[in-house]
Amino acid sequence: MQDPSTAGLRLEGVRIVLGERELLSIDRHVMPGETLTVMGPSGSGKSTLLAFVGGFLDPVFKGGGRVLCGGRDISRLPAQERHAGILFQDPLLFPHMSVGGNLVFAIPEAVTGRTARRELAEAALADIGLDGFFERDPDTLSGGQKARVALARVLLAEPNFLLLDEPFSKLDMQLRDQIRALVFERAKSSRLPVILVTHDAADAAAAGGDVIEIG
Amino acid sequence: MLRFAPALAVAILSLPVLAGLAGTVIPAFGYLPALGGTALTLDPFRVVLGQPGLLRSCLIALSCGVVTAAVSTALVAVFVGGWSQTRTFRFMQSLVSPLLAVPHAAAAFGLAFMIAPSGFLARLVSPWATGWTRPPDWLIVNDTFGLSLMAGLIVKEVPFLLLMVLAALPQVPVTASRQLSATLGYGRVSGFLFATWPAIYRQIRLAVFAVIAFASSAVDVAVILGPTTPAPLPVRLVEWMNDPDLSARFMASAGAVLQLGVTLGALLIWLVVEKLGGLMLMRLAARGRRLRRDASVRRVALALMGLTAAIVFGGLGVLALWSVSGLWQFPNVLPDMLSLRGWEKTLPRVGGPLMTTITVGLAATVLSTLIVVASLAREAETGRTGGNRTLFFLYLPLLVPQAGFVFGLKLFLAHGGVGATWTALVLVHLVFVLPYVFLSLSAPWRAFDTRYEAIAAGLGKSRRATFFAIRLPMLARAVFVAMAIGFAVSVGQYLPTVLIGAGRLVTITTEAVALGAGGNRRVIGIYAFLQMLLPFLGFALAALVPALLFRNRRAMKVA
Repeated sequence: MQDPSTAGLRLEGVRIVLGERELLSIDRHVMPGETLTVMGPSGSGKSTLLAFVGGFLDPVFKGGGRVLCGGRDISRLPAQERHAGILFQDPLLFPHMSVGGNLVFAIPEAVTGRTARRELAEAALADIGLDGFFERDPDTLSGGQKARVALARVLLAEPNFLLLDEPFSKLDMQLRDQIRALVFERAKSSRLPVILVTHDAADAAAAGGDVIEIG
Repeated sequence: MLRFAPALAVAILSLPVLAGLAGTVIPAFGYLPALGGTALTLDPFRVVLGQPGLLRSCLIALSCGVVTAAVSTALVAVFVGGWSQTRTFRFMQSLVSPLLAVPHAAAAFGLAFMIAPSGFLARLVSPWATGWTRPPDWLIVNDTFGLSLMAGLIVKEVPFLLLMVLAALPQVPVTASRQLSATLGYGRVSGFLFATWPAIYRQIRLAVFAVIAFASSAVDVAVILGPTTPAPLPVRLVEWMNDPDLSARFMASAGAVLQLGVTLGALLIWLVVEKLGGLMLMRLAARGRRLRRDASVRRVALALMGLTAAIVFGGLGVLALWSVSGLWQFPNVLPDMLSLRGWEKTLPRVGGPLMTTITVGLAATVLSTLIVVASLAREAETGRTGGNRTLFFLYLPLLVPQAGFVFGLKLFLAHGGVGATWTALVLVHLVFVLPYVFLSLSAPWRAFDTRYEAIAAGLGKSRRATFFAIRLPMLARAVFVAMAIGFAVSVGQYLPTVLIGAGRLVTITTEAVALGAGGNRRVIGIYAFLQMLLPFLGFALAALVPALLFRNRRAMKVA
């Protein structure tokens, strides 16, 4: 068991400004398997928090403070060394790759050998009920299938934490509950700290953790 | 490496222009030590101004610039206003857009073959309607006022301006404006011109300036379609520049300065035209003129738009037919017999120019694309687009008349020991190819959804891996299209190729224009056909390669 003071994701005096205007200022600790929900109207800058934590903040914004992951300060690291699993509103499957190609792309380099990587991807597909979808063109999948592939892609990369940017808002009602349950279940079982940005109160309720209102 | 790309792009766009201008202007005042000119004098200007018919040559060049810009801009404005967001518009757009890839010289030949007294149009109506059994003795092509010259320029500039307007449209709330002005009772065209056009014009202004600069100084089109006694200034200028008598260099330089003045004059006149046009629109709008019955205006614009496409493509078809014709007597609409004799006789001589055209075009295109992609990648990293400054540098080589700086540049290159070499030719083509590659690639590049890159970074991929595995493949189609445009621009370059190649390096385009004077229709047909075949192959490849690479990827079909 990890020391609870360093486990998970810690936001220390995180502050994002645009020009003279302060968009947000947050001090929080998200434990593994827990979710911090940030709510606010569009334009309030809640997505910039994810960009700051993930390491891809647009240069027009200025971010300050520290982000600690497992006790390590990652706020100076480039995005590719932070291992943030990101889910956006759109599934954003890479359109030029097959469904399997999207997954294989996400598997860490440590897994070597074509067959081994492919088997891992096939297993991940089976796990989300998409057996035999490896060679499929992502554009031919339904909305729910795309969302599941996007989740599988993120998890295969063995992220340190999850950043969710209103990932359920474009799904229709019935599908939304299903995918939402799947995402949080997987995040809990993988013991990942999660930051969720949304304006849907149902998302916050399903996530069950702390809620911050900004804007 | 990436860090220096924007600076390199700016250097390629500006240094040749500035050095070339200096190399043109200084000898015009008698200073060129290599040829014994050490004293400053106005003699070169006296020689130029003493040339017979000079005023007329200048006036034709000047009016070409202004008239071409005015007609093309007005036609595009009324057409877009009258038809945008209709099925007809999309159809016409797909018909006119390929014209952009046709080299100016080929389009000019096509036009000439259509409208000449012995051309296709005259044959269509003879003798049953006209009674002509021999071509009438009319001066249509090469007419004294340069009308066919202007027509030849307009058919090429209309697709260019249309494309620029299409690129500007998404930044303007066109649909909302149209609905709003319609509910206020304005006609389609007037509503567009009053409410939307000013915002669009602001964005395409530099492109219109480039049209004026090109039209007032075009050589290839003027050689083919322009008046001959006297010829427009740019044509005479090239004669002076190619004069084997070295002392003519001073006069040629002075002539180039005069050309700069003529183009500047055309631009100044345009500023007045702009102002008057704006005032007129404002006056009409302020009076609340609804101009609701614009059906006839819309139809005329549509017809003219269709005519530009029909006349060029028809002309190119006639050219191709000529290249395989045997005897083809007036007034027969089709050749009396077909023959491959022309091709058999010409093909052995085509190899050299064809190789030069293709290798120079490929080299300039690949180099431009590398520099543009690197600059855009750097821009994405720093978040700085350079804004208007970038635009100014991009348009610089298009706003300064080619003759005004390429001639001076040639003196510099010769001085540096890289006279008429392949490398020098590639460098000069680069100056003109780079802006088009940038203009075509920057919009899709900037519109790329960066969330894909955020996801890839989150998956632990390095910047380089993300670039090569995600961004470049996803933008492959746009990159290939930009390359095809760049290649087409290189193939079409006439003046820089003539001046830098100095007869030792010839391309299909310089050969075509040189042979045009000979008047052998079969040979012209062959060269003009090759001239349009090369860009066409480029675009075909640009469409084919991504289609094959991503054949099972539906979302990659329409970028």
